[in-house]
Amino acid sequence: MKTSATPGGTAATLADKNGNARTWHEPEIITGNQTFASITEKIASINEGKTPTGWYIAFGVAAFFAVALFAQIGWLFWKGIGIWGLNQTIFWAWDITNFVFWVGIGHAGTLISAVLFLFRQKWRTSINRFAEAMTIFAVICALLFPTIHVGRIWVIYWILPFPNSMEMWPNFRSPLLWDVFAVTTYFTVSLMFWFVGLVPDLATLRDRAVPGSLRQKVLALFSLGWRGGNKQWKHYEKAYLLLAGISTPLVLSVHTIVSMDFATSIIPGWHTTIFPPYFVAGAIFSGFAMVMTLGLVARKVYGLENFLTMNHLENMNKIILVTGTMVGYAYGCEFFIAWYSGNEYERFAFINRAFGPYWWAYWSMISCNVISPQLFWSKRIRTSIPAMFVISIFVNIGMWFERFVITVTSLSRDYLPSAWKYFSPSIFDIGMFIGSFGLFFTLFLLFIRHLPMIAISEVKGVLPQADPHWYHQDDHGANGHSVNGGNGHGTHKNGNGQKEEELAVKNGNGNGH
Amino acid sequence: MTETGTTGNIAQEELQTSGETKAELLARPEGMLAEFANPAELLHAAEKLRDAGYKRFDCHSPFPIHGMDEAMGLAPSFLGWVVAAMGITGGSLGLIMQWWMSTIDYPLVISGKPYFSYQAYVPVTFELTILLAAFGAVFGMFIINRLPRYHHPVFHSDRFAKVTDDGFFVSVLRGSKKFNVEKTKQFLESIGGKNVEVLRGY
Repeated sequence: MKTSATPGGTAATLADKNGNARTWHEPEIITGNQTFASITEKIASINEGKTPTGWYIAFGVAAFFAVALFAQIGWLFWKGIGIWGLNQTIFWAWDITNFVFWVGIGHAGTLISAVLFLFRQKWRTSINRFAEAMTIFAVICALLFPTIHVGRIWVIYWILPFPNSMEMWPNFRSPLLWDVFAVTTYFTVSLMFWFVGLVPDLATLRDRAVPGSLRQKVLALFSLGWRGGNKQWKHYEKAYLLLAGISTPLVLSVHTIVSMDFATSIIPGWHTTIFPPYFVAGAIFSGFAMVMTLGLVARKVYGLENFLTMNHLENMNKIILVTGTMVGYAYGCEFFIAWYSGNEYERFAFINRAFGPYWWAYWSMISCNVISPQLFWSKRIRTSIPAMFVISIFVNIGMWFERFVITVTSLSRDYLPSAWKYFSPSIFDIGMFIGSFGLFFTLFLLFIRHLPMIAISEVKGVLPQADPHWYHQDDHGANGHSVNGGNGHGTHKNGNGQKEEELAVKNGNGNGH
Repeated sequence: MTETGTTGNIAQEELQTSGETKAELLARPEGMLAEFANPAELLHAAEKLRDAGYKRFDCHSPFPIHGMDEAMGLAPSFLGWVVAAMGITGGSLGLIMQWWMSTIDYPLVISGKPYFSYQAYVPVTFELTILLAAFGAVFGMFIINRLPRYHHPVFHSDRFAKVTDDGFFVSVLRGSKKFNVEKTKQFLESIGGKNVEVLRGY
């Protein structure tokens, strides 16, 4: 068998330590000798089979906390935001922490669906669907917190440029208003991008459903009558590329604007120009950690080892390592600039962060965000599933603490010592934070149950046999097709059986690399 | 999807105008469907159909196939222009809105800044550019593709359900000069099409 027959496609010749030539093969994206039909069967059957008992238990727990969240929101509307542990010095704490935490998690989904698409990272096809779903649900959780923090929810429409009875318009110079536009745009675009990706897969489920059943009718409605014709694919692919192109600056702008909520103020510890890139790196870092946590569970429960291979996990761990290092650098840089600025309030803010009353939060953040991802330099840890699961959860904890540290330590001790206060969360702060996880997992579990969690058509598109040239290579080597030139369509037919067999052989070989 | 720009309601229109009975219309061939074994065969078939002068044909596959646009002789998608126009519209409207609201309709001095403090208007202008460009990409694509469309001759084939799994099909629709039930069937078979069938009825 020729080397060019490697299913992964790319091969490069490198020299090893001793100077001997060594051929490097790109690992296969999807393993296990998959055919187009086997991929459809594997992914679609997850939605079609009987609901597992474990799903009901998980859903019950998640839905309980989600309902509890809405009950607490009702109480908050009744009583006001004083039910949280806020005081006149610390006027936002866990609510804004949770907002930034959830928006940040969402960013990995867009990074995977848009940025990795533009960079032609084909391995993204295994994770993009559920990462995009994660984005949408995380942004829903995020939007909830600033919405309820306004207190008088019945006049929330004042944040929109809506002609109201006071004949006043919103203040477009306020970063909080920029946030309204950034996050709602982000949510809308993410939802549309996700739906566009879903259409061909909904058509797959439609075509597998029992004809005439309600399930088929609903799927037919949402798959819009997709026919998979190339005249449709042509515009579809262009739309996908354009959406990826416009989502990339969008995702960078969203967390930039979120960071401006802080950076445009004059509070020591907030008023820094490093915030936009530092927040974006942190967002991608936390989001990939969440993709990892969710992905590892889904992989185990639904047996997706051939789709979410060790290669995927290792790639994601490398991104966590890179972004974690960037975040660590930002922490160091902040400290340096605080000292270098010569501004005593700025210096105090940072000394206070690390050694003041919130030292425990600061050092939790450092150990989770800076130290734990550094373990991924080791290939053994990077490829160990228990290790990466634990580290991904550490990163999520650390990133929540980061937002808490930034928000609360700076507010609790600003210019006037007489105004200094300490923040203690109330039961509602804690309950609503847990409740937001309940809401997130309720939505995520519904998604996993009812929609294909891996992009079926995209995964098929990265199989080696999806490329028409793959069959040509075969013809020249095995069937002597070059003699017939391009006219030998009759022989194509005859060659089919043989090709199927060779496909299996080739994939078998490919696994050995 | 069609060059004639029909919306899929030809049947109703023709029922009223052509004098044909409903039964005759239902029996009329609307197109042909042929199955191919793999992406490479589909690609070759597309080239043959293109070279033979067929216009109203399409190649259906579970995923987009690289090189198919050239093989079918299709021009590149013009969606980019739609998105660019929408993006420019969104950005302009966003900036004009902020200017009008803060300068003309309700001028208000905030933190001693000018009424038209354009630096502060960048984020909202940017977000509206993105939002409208994204609407252009998504709704533009659906409109150009004439989706949603729940009735189409290809759906009358039972075999066609495979197209979203592992089926590769060519459909040739009635309406072009080249279409002829006998000759098209022969041609599809000669280029390697299997299970060639006639699509009937709306």
